Amino acid sequence: MFDVIDPGENAWRAEVSAWMAANFPPSLRGKNATRYTTDGAFADADPDFQLWLRRVVEKGWGAPTWPVEYGGGGLSAAEAAIINEEMLNIGAFHPNRTYGVMMLGPTLIELGDEVQKRRFVPPIARGEARWCQGFSEPGAGSDLASLQTKCIDGGDHWVVRGQKIWTSGANHAHWCFCLVRTDTSVKQGGISFLLIDMNSPGVEARPITLISGTTHFCEVFFSDVRVPKENMVGGINRGWSVAKRLLQFERDSLASGRAEEPALAPIAKKHIGADAQGRIADADLRSRVIGNDMRLRAYVQTLRRSSAEAKAGAGPGVPVSVLKNLGAGLSQERAELMVEILGQRGLGWDGDQFSHEELEAARAWLHSKAFSIYGGSHEIQNNITAKHVLGLPAAQ
Amino acid sequence: MAVLSEEQSLLRDAASAWARERSPVAALRKVRAAASPLGFDPQAFAEMTEMGWAGIVVPEEFGGADFGFHSMGVVLEQLGRTLTASPLVASSLAAATGLRRSGASALQAAWLPKIASGEAIVALAIDEGARHNPGAIALRAERAGRGFKLNGAKRPVLNGMAAHALIVAARTSGAPGDAKGITLFLAPADSANLSRAELTEVERRGAASFIFEGVALGAGAILGEVDQGAALLDVILDCARAGLSAQMLGSAWEAFDVTLAYLKTRVQFGALIGSFQALQHRAAALYAELELTRTAVEGALDALDAGAPDASELVSIAKALAGDTFRRVANEMIQMHGGIGMTDEHDAGLFLKRARIDDMSFGNAAFHRERYATLLGC
Repeated sequence: MFDVIDPGENAWRAEVSAWMAANFPPSLRGKNATRYTTDGAFADADPDFQLWLRRVVEKGWGAPTWPVEYGGGGLSAAEAAIINEEMLNIGAFHPNRTYGVMMLGPTLIELGDEVQKRRFVPPIARGEARWCQGFSEPGAGSDLASLQTKCIDGGDHWVVRGQKIWTSGANHAHWCFCLVRTDTSVKQGGISFLLIDMNSPGVEARPITLISGTTHFCEVFFSDVRVPKENMVGGINRGWSVAKRLLQFERDSLASGRAEEPALAPIAKKHIGADAQGRIADADLRSRVIGNDMRLRAYVQTLRRSSAEAKAGAGPGVPVSVLKNLGAGLSQERAELMVEILGQRGLGWDGDQFSHEELEAARAWLHSKAFSIYGGSHEIQNNITAKHVLGLPAAQ
Repeated sequence: MAVLSEEQSLLRDAASAWARERSPVAALRKVRAAASPLGFDPQAFAEMTEMGWAGIVVPEEFGGADFGFHSMGVVLEQLGRTLTASPLVASSLAAATGLRRSGASALQAAWLPKIASGEAIVALAIDEGARHNPGAIALRAERAGRGFKLNGAKRPVLNGMAAHALIVAARTSGAPGDAKGITLFLAPADSANLSRAELTEVERRGAASFIFEGVALGAGAILGEVDQGAALLDVILDCARAGLSAQMLGSAWEAFDVTLAYLKTRVQFGALIGSFQALQHRAAALYAELELTRTAVEGALDALDAGAPDASELVSIAKALAGDTFRRVANEMIQMHGGIGMTDEHDAGLFLKRARIDDMSFGNAAFHRERYATLLGC
C-alpha cells in the first residue's frame, strides 16, 4: 500500500485544522451529528449548532466540492476529505450533511436544467433549504417503480395527487423531491421527478411513531397540489433515471467510511464482570461479543480498502450492495449484544431509574431493525449482488 | 484486492499462471495417487524454488528476495486456488522467519540459504495434543552436559515427512502453561533417538508424528535465548497463520468461483439453478464473507510487514475469518453441486477436506477468537 504525501496537502491540512480549532463550538463535541442534520426542529433549537452551521457556510464549506457558481466551495475531493478528517480529529461533525447535500444537490448539478440549478442548489449549500425524499408509498416499497402518486397536466402547472410514506423529516422540510406518475401505461417509463414546495396548499405531513419511539419518518399526503411546470427534473417521464442516479449518490455517501467504534468486549467486561482469569464472566456472550468485534473491525477496514482501491484504479472497490448488508448485519448484531450485555437494565424505556447509556441502548436496539429494511432491503441488496456482481440469471 | 506494488502484481500473475498451467487441482490428485509420504510433488516444489518463491521472506544476504509477507501472501493465495501442496508456509515462510529473528547467526548461515534454494525443508514441531495450544507445551529439554536432551512427542508436524530439520518448541523450565521456560531448538530430522511416523490424514499431506527419546542437542542448536522462546514462537506461529490464511483465501475463492459457474450452467425444472433466489442469496452472502476475509488477510500481512504492535490481533482475525469462510464455502460447494459434489471424482470433496485441515492448523477459528479476547484483556 502506498501513501503519496503531497506537500501542498500538509499546508491545507494545517490551515483547516487551525480554522477548526478556532471556530468549532466545544459544546457540540461528540454530539450525535445525524440528529442535527435530520431533525430540523432539534437543529433549529440549538444556537451553538446554528452558529457552527453559519461559520462553516460562510467559510464556503457548506458543500465543499460543488462548483462555486452554484454555491459550492469548488474544492477537490482530497481537500474536502481533509476537512472531514480534521473535523473528526477534534470531535466535530459537518453541520450540513443533509439529504439535499448528499443526494439532491449532486443530482441537480448533473441532471437539472440551468434555472433549477441556480434556484435550488445554492440554498442547499448554505444549509437554508431542508429537503425530504418522497419516494416510497404504502404500495410501493421494494418495488418502488410501481408507485402510483399521480401527476396530471393542469395547463400551466402540474397537479399532484397521492401519498408517500417513510419520508424522513417531512414535517420540518421546506421542499420535497418526489417521484410521481405521469403515464400509467408504462412502469419505469411513466415516472417523473418533481420538486414540490412543502408549504403548498394540499400538502400534509403526518409523523409515524416507530417501535423505537422516534417520529422522524412521516406519511405525506398530496391533495391536488399545484406545482410549477419548471420544477420537473430531467423532462416528463424521465424521472426513473434521475432517481437511479440519485440513489447512486446515496450509496456513495454510505460507502464513504465509518468511524471506528470502540470494541464491545471491554464494555461487556465492565458490565458483566470477569472470572478469575480476567475473562468476561458469561462465556457464551463473550464468544459472540468477540466474534462481532473481530468482524466489525474487518468491516471498517473493508470500507477503507474499497475506497483506496477505487481511488487507485485498482478495481471498482467492494460493491455497495455487499457493504450495506455486511454493515447493517454487524450493526444489528452489535445492538442486540449491547442490550444483552446490560441484561434487565437494557430494557428501560425512560425515566430516572435507568441511566442514559441504558436507555440509549434499548432505543438503539429497536431502531436497528430498520437497517436491513431501509436504503434497499437486505433481500433487494442480495438480488442486486446476485445479478450485477455475480452475473446470475434473472430470478424465477 | 489490495493496491499491489508492481513487484506484487508480477508475483501474483506469475503464481496464477504457474498454478493454472503446472499445478491445477488434477496435480493434487496425482500427488494423492502417488501415495508418496512427502505429501507434495518435489518437481513442482523445484519449479517454485526456481522462481524464487521459497526465498520471498529470506534476506538477500542468504539468497532470498526479502519482498516481505504481503508478497508471500500474494503467491500463497494463487497456489491456494488450485489446492497446490507445498512446504512454503511451514518452511519458507514460518521457519525461515523464525531463523531470521532468532539472532542465531550460525544457524541462519547454515539453513537460510538452503531454505531459499529449496535444498532444505524445515518444519515446525510445536503441537502435541489434539488441539493447538502452544501454551501447554510439555516436551522437555533437560540440561545434559553442555547441551540438552529432549524427551516427548510432537504431532501433527505439517510437512514433517519431508523435513530435513525441525524447529522444536520445548520446555526447559517451568510447567505447561507458564509463559516463561520455552526454548526453541533446531533439530536435524535424522538425529539419533528421533523417530518419525506418517500421519495419513483425510488429505495426505506428509504430516508426521515425532517421538523424542533423549535426543541430544548442543547449545548451538538454540534459536534465541534459553527459557525466552515464547515471543519468537509467537512470531513463527503468526507468520504461519497469516500465510496459511492467504492460501485459504485463495482456496475458498476458487471453491466459490467453481460453484458460481455451476449455478450458471446446471439446468433443472427448465431453468438455470442460478436463477433460483434461495441459491442467489446464499451466493451473495458467501461473496460478502470472502470480501471481508480478504480485508482481514491483507491487514494481517501488512501488519506483519510493518511490525505493527497489534499484528497478533490482526493475524487472529485473519485466521478465524479464513477458517470460518473456507469451511462455509466448501460446505456450500458440496451442497449446491448436489449428488455429484459427493463423488470423489468431483473436486468439491478435496476443497472440503482441505478446509477442515487448514482451519485446524495453527489454531482454528475458535482458538483465534479466544486468543483475540485474551489479547484484549477480556
